[in-house]
Amino acid sequence: MAINKESNTYTILFATIMVVVVGGILAFLSLSLKPMQEANGKIKKKMEILKALLTTEEFQTISRSNADAKYADYIKAEIVLDQSGKVIQEGKDAAFNVDIKSEYKDKNLPAVKRSFPMFIAEKNGKKLYVIPIIGKGLWGPIWGNVCIAEDKRSISGASFGHQGETPGLGAEISQGFFIDRWTKGDEKISDDNGDFTPFEVVKDGTGPNPTKIDGISGGTITSKGVEEMVNRCLVPYTIYFKSLK
Amino acid sequence: MSESIAKVKAPSEPLFSKKNRKLITDPLTDNNPVTVQVLGICSALAITVKIDTSLVMGLSVIFVTAIGNFVISALRNIMPPRIRIIVQLVVAAALVIIVNEILKAFLPDISEQLSVFVGLIITNCIIMGRFEAFAMANKPWPSFLDGIGNGLGYAGLLLIVGFFRELFGSGSLLGFKIFGSAIPGEEWGLYTMGYANNNLVILPPMALIIVGIIIWIQRSRNKNLQEEI
Repeated sequence: MAINKESNTYTILFATIMVVVVGGILAFLSLSLKPMQEANGKIKKKMEILKALLTTEEFQTISRSNADAKYADYIKAEIVLDQSGKVIQEGKDAAFNVDIKSEYKDKNLPAVKRSFPMFIAEKNGKKLYVIPIIGKGLWGPIWGNVCIAEDKRSISGASFGHQGETPGLGAEISQGFFIDRWTKGDEKISDDNGDFTPFEVVKDGTGPNPTKIDGISGGTITSKGVEEMVNRCLVPYTIYFKSLK
Repeated sequence: MSESIAKVKAPSEPLFSKKNRKLITDPLTDNNPVTVQVLGICSALAITVKIDTSLVMGLSVIFVTAIGNFVISALRNIMPPRIRIIVQLVVAAALVIIVNEILKAFLPDISEQLSVFVGLIITNCIIMGRFEAFAMANKPWPSFLDGIGNGLGYAGLLLIVGFFRELFGSGSLLGFKIFGSAIPGEEWGLYTMGYANNNLVILPPMALIIVGIIIWIQRSRNKNLQEEI
C-alpha cells in the first residue's frame, strides 16, 4: 500500500477515527458500569450516616455488605426541613434522596429553597437525630453527619468526609481523633432556650467545651471550613427542635 | 528514560521462546523498571502503605502496560509518525480510565484509597517509556510480554515495599493482625509487652528508604549495575 503516512489528510483521518473509537468504548463502559457505581455511592452514604450514629466499636461491625440492613434497622423516620425549620416532606427515603451536595453547589438556588434533610434513628430505645452537612475545605467539598442526642441539644457523634484535602493535614478531619473532639466536651448545638450557639474551631487548645473544638495543626483552612459548614447547616434544625419543645 | 532495547527479530519462533521469556523475567531482576531504570517512583511511594492497595495498583499497571504495549505495537505501522506521542497518550489514558471505572464499580473501598493515583498511572513513566522504547519497534506478542514483564517488575517492588510498610506500620498483613491488637483495653500479642507501631513507616519517606535499601542490595549483588565513579 502506498499510503503517505506523513500527509496531513492521513494524520487527521487517523486522529479522527482513533478519537471516535476510543470515545465510543469509554462511553459504553461508563454507561454500563454507572448503575453499580451509583449503588456503591448510596451504600457509602448509608455507612457515613451509621458512622455518626454508632460508636467506634459498634461501627466496626458495619461493612458494605450489611450496611443496607443495618441502616433499615436503625433509621426509623426521615424528614426534610426548609430554611425556617418547617417540615416540608417526610416518609421513607425522603431525606435520603435529597442531594445536599448538588443543592450546595447550585449557586443560583435561593437559600429559602434549599432543603435540610434529617434522619431520625432509634438506638437502645433512645431517639437520635442524624443531620447531614456539606461545605467546602481547602481543595474541594467536605461533608459530614452530625448525630444529636435525645435531648435535642448534645452532639453524640459525627463523621466527616472530604474529596481531596491534603493527606496528613486537612484530610485528618475524617480520622477518629478529630471526630472525638466533637463529642468529648459535651458539645451542644443550642443554649437552654433552644437558640443556636455557633461553634468555634480554636487553635489555642482550649478545646473540649460546649462550643469550642480544637482544630488541626496545618489544616487551618479545612478546620475553618468545618466550622463554617457546621454553623451554617445546623441552624434550621435548632429552630425545628425548639418548635418541638 | 534510559533504556537500550535492541530490536527483537522473531519471525516464526515459539510463543514462549527463550527470548520471549527473557522479556518477562528481565524486568523482574536486572532491568527492573523501578530499582534499575528508576521509573514510576512517585506512585511507589504513595500507595504502598498497605499490601492490598499495592496489589491492586500493581495489577492495574500490568493491565495498562500489557494491553497498551499490544495496541501500540499493532498500530505501529499505520500510526502517523507526527502524532505518535499523542496516539500513545490516548491509548494510555483510555486504558487508565477503563481501570478506574472498573475499580469504582467493583472495588469501591480500594478505589477510594488509591484516589488520584489510579488516574496518575497515565503519568507513570514506565508506560510511555515502554510504548516508545519497545512497542514502537517490536511485534505485538513480544510487546505484550514486555508489558507484562515491566508491570510485574513494578508490581513486585510495590508488594515488597507494601509488605514492610504494612507489617511495621500497622502490625498486619493484608489486614490480618500479625503482632496482635493495639486497641486500648483489649491489647494482645506483642503490644502487651510495650511494642508500638512505627509511624515513620506509614509516612512516604520510609518508602523511599525501603526502595533505597532494595536498590543497595541489588547493586551490591550485581556488579553490572554499579556505576563507575
